[in-house]
Amino acid sequence: MSPMIPMAASPVASLIQSVDWLAVAPPTIAAAVALVVLVADLFIPDAKKPLLGWIATGGLALAALSLLPLLDGDRRTFCLMGHPSVCSYVADPFTLVIQFLVLAGALLTALLSIDTIRDHDLPTGEYWFLLLSSAAGAALLPASRDLATLVIALEVASLPAFALVGLRRGDRLSSEAALKFFLSSVAATAVMLLGVSFLYAATGSLHLSRVADTLTDLPDPRLATLASAGVALTLVGFAFKTAAAPFHFWVPDTYVGAPLPIAAYLSVIGKAVGFSGLILVTVQGFPSYAEVWGPALAVIAALTMTVGNVAALRQAPDRAHSAVRLLAWSSVGQAGYLLVPIAAAGYLDEPARAIGATVAYALMYAAVNLGAFGVAALVARTSPGNRITDYRGLYARRPLAALALGFFLLNLAGLPPGIIGLFAKVTVFSAAVDAGLGWLAVVMAINVVIALYYYLQWTAVLFRGAEAPEGRPAPARAGIPAALTTAIALAAVLGVILSGAPQAVLRFASGALL
Amino acid sequence: MNHTAMQLLLAALVVLPLLGALGALLPAPPGLKGRNPDQAVLRHGVTVTGVVLAASVALAAGFDHDHPARMQATTDISWIPALHIRIHLGVDGISLPLLVLTALLTFLCALYSYFKMPTGPSPKAFVSLMLVLEAGTLATFAVLDLMLFFLAFEMVLIPMYFLIARWGGAGKQAAAWKFILFTLLGSVVMLLGLLLIGVKSGTFDMVALATDNGPNSQLSHTVQLIAVLAVGIGLAVKAPMWALHSWLPDAHTAAPTVGSVLLAGVLLKMGTYGFVRIALPITPEGMHTFAPYLAAFAAVGIIYGSLACLALVRKGAGGDLKRLIAYSSVGHMGFVLLGIASLNPTGVNGALFANIAHGLITGLLFFMVGALKDRTGSTDLDALAGTTGAALYGRAPRFGGLLAFAAVASLGLPGLAGFWGEMLAMFGAFEPAAGLSRPAFLTFMALAGLGTLLTAAYLLLVVRRVCMGGTPHLAPIAPLGDGSRPDDRAPGEPAAAEAPALPDLARYEYAAWSPLAALTVLAGLWPAALLGLTDPAVQQLLGGGK
Repeated sequence: MSPMIPMAASPVASLIQSVDWLAVAPPTIAAAVALVVLVADLFIPDAKKPLLGWIATGGLALAALSLLPLLDGDRRTFCLMGHPSVCSYVADPFTLVIQFLVLAGALLTALLSIDTIRDHDLPTGEYWFLLLSSAAGAALLPASRDLATLVIALEVASLPAFALVGLRRGDRLSSEAALKFFLSSVAATAVMLLGVSFLYAATGSLHLSRVADTLTDLPDPRLATLASAGVALTLVGFAFKTAAAPFHFWVPDTYVGAPLPIAAYLSVIGKAVGFSGLILVTVQGFPSYAEVWGPALAVIAALTMTVGNVAALRQAPDRAHSAVRLLAWSSVGQAGYLLVPIAAAGYLDEPARAIGATVAYALMYAAVNLGAFGVAALVARTSPGNRITDYRGLYARRPLAALALGFFLLNLAGLPPGIIGLFAKVTVFSAAVDAGLGWLAVVMAINVVIALYYYLQWTAVLFRGAEAPEGRPAPARAGIPAALTTAIALAAVLGVILSGAPQAVLRFASGALL
Repeated sequence: MNHTAMQLLLAALVVLPLLGALGALLPAPPGLKGRNPDQAVLRHGVTVTGVVLAASVALAAGFDHDHPARMQATTDISWIPALHIRIHLGVDGISLPLLVLTALLTFLCALYSYFKMPTGPSPKAFVSLMLVLEAGTLATFAVLDLMLFFLAFEMVLIPMYFLIARWGGAGKQAAAWKFILFTLLGSVVMLLGLLLIGVKSGTFDMVALATDNGPNSQLSHTVQLIAVLAVGIGLAVKAPMWALHSWLPDAHTAAPTVGSVLLAGVLLKMGTYGFVRIALPITPEGMHTFAPYLAAFAAVGIIYGSLACLALVRKGAGGDLKRLIAYSSVGHMGFVLLGIASLNPTGVNGALFANIAHGLITGLLFFMVGALKDRTGSTDLDALAGTTGAALYGRAPRFGGLLAFAAVASLGLPGLAGFWGEMLAMFGAFEPAAGLSRPAFLTFMALAGLGTLLTAAYLLLVVRRVCMGGTPHLAPIAPLGDGSRPDDRAPGEPAAAEAPALPDLARYEYAAWSPLAALTVLAGLWPAALLGLTDPAVQQLLGGGK
């Protein structure tokens, strides 16, 4: 346990909190390295700028490694004076898993970025600073246990992301994407802040555990309306980050406009931020309102997966950027699956058990989706249009990349040989069935079939014969950059290992994490 | 044979094809390069499937035939504790014949492809996909865990999709999509049913569930109803039951020969096997409620399948022979489903027997029709038959004779494999399990009986139109099988061009087809060999595992 403030401390000592630095190490290291990179950028000559990328990657790896000493037990810090159980920062299993997801995901993103920055001539120092800051915010979020810290973490994770999306200088799409993302995100944040202030007014506390206690027994029954409005508005902010329908409209344009690694980052870490925040506020903050947010999230989940999958189905394969657009819409569909267990938690006596399915699914999704974006980045080097038709005959040109992408896509679809994808879906289904949400399970079943259609169509394109003779001359075979290869290989190896031993991630689905 | 050896054999049945599939993608090692890479990889396919067949035969030999009701060669290892999924393998009298049938058909397909590679892209992928397909099918019959069953059930989808979409004939893309979307929709619904069973009973273990000794013992009536409905829909799509069958004719027509053989021979059996292994013992009450409906659909399927075939065989209908056999599968699987729906040992034994018989006979038929297409370039009945008939008896007598044999076996001639299964299925429906409406089942039995007549009618018409026919221009002059063009010798006879001599059975065709023909005769003459295996196991399943 962390050092606690003694109850009978002297007035001076009670003003100074002792901080468990080990517990807060993961986000702190990421933030510190972000600053180091920003400062170093000033002193490093242009020729040596790639060094910054490796510093950042190393920093993220270090932050991920700093999770290891925390595995032995729960740690809490930034606790209320006199109430050692009411803390703002908790490193419990849930926190550690999501922090691992965020930092490992950011690490893969960093590997994807190294070559993109060089190819597209992006501002190196700024890029790495922004990426690391955002990762630090995303790592802070799952540990936050009060509403103020949650909002701050959410903003720390989002604000750099706006800038990252708009980083492609002189690109109209990029600035438009950033503006769209920014405006809709700010609107959602404003709504959420309103919700948080309502809750504070109704309960008199920002700490989730206190909010939960007070909500079960409001001091004045007339506050009930205010409290439920607060609950609803708070959920909106997180639903936006998860890209849940009807807050998903920013997704396709933002992904297409952003540099490819940033689109990958948003699709994985952006979502992780959203759903971990959702889990914290629903399960920890508002358990007594389960009959409100449970059905609401179930409907949102059904809507999200249907909208995302149907839109992905309608992507014309020869449209410019159709590959990224398809991944964008499919990520909306996947967000729907991620929401199912959270909705199921609203129907169960032990809500913490259900959310493990979301965590397990998110871990699988992170690995394979980043891998898919990695192969997309590889293809984008030779065919900048990144149409799905550009993937035709990829197997003939780069067999390993094609096999890897096929594997990632089938994992996303949830069919063998993507065994981990299959069983991750099974855990989500079983959470829904367990909670008695039969209709949601059926909606999800139909969505799985819709999704299979477009994933498999893309997979089939990979193995189709090379382009017709009247087509353009085959793109010159460029060398494959090492960092990109490493990222794809890491994702693929992770997917294959997990397919053999799904227990590695699925165990989160069986134990209570929170 | 001792237990460990049996365990290893059964595990090898599932694992070997998977390793073989990986091996097929790698470059051939030195010393095994063969004449060219294509030949090497096709030979690799024959070797791997041959070894798997040998393993399955060894398993059958080591199987304790005195206790076919007992699960043998069992392996039970924990795999994903989080979901209570265990790698539980085992074989009993119900699954053993299906395992051997799968291994045999896949081996024959590999052998056939070695000599007659379907037109399409590289054989490397072809062999690899065929081996994954084999692994998935064998796993379906070997696993005893509901989730593993689902995994194996899903495993065949991707390989079969690519086999149809890449190596198929006309309309292959649409057919492949129809196949995979139908079956996937069915299997996700099935997954929901399986999860419901697992969540409510606390285990996914089929043996424990079948004997009602899971942690939470019996499933409630409502749960059973919902579970049977969900699981049944998934299995019925695969079987296929009438009303959910529309993917089948397209898939068969478009699939390459080997794809059709495996689809009809073993993939369809996964559906009916699931009914016997999961629906009957685990959810007996639910099955009892739905049995009359299943039987009704089955009876309609029998009539529908044969009427569709009669429509296709008519002169001028432009019917496709492959499509006709696909529709006949709907009818034959109708008998299997009727047998299962009767819920008594006679009917279920008949269903299992008809399963095997259908695999042998329809496998042979699809092989022959594929070969006929290779010879004449068409499976369109009108194009084949011309004005009088295709006259295979005259043009390729051995080929024609074997085709007629297969057709006659398919219509259920006593003494051949097709007879016993259908007879027992109808016999089962004559006296269904207690509590089922006898008049209803008698009606279904009468419909099935009518179906056998219609089946006989269309198959005899097929024989009439394909095997017989006028050959006046040809008969006196063409020495059979030399492949020379008959119109050289019959100038001035325009009809002669319609009936060129066809190559008769080649040696590799003998090799690939004679085992099927021999087993058809054997199963017809000695049904006890098979029924002796299935009956004790069926009695146990229906008796709640006692």
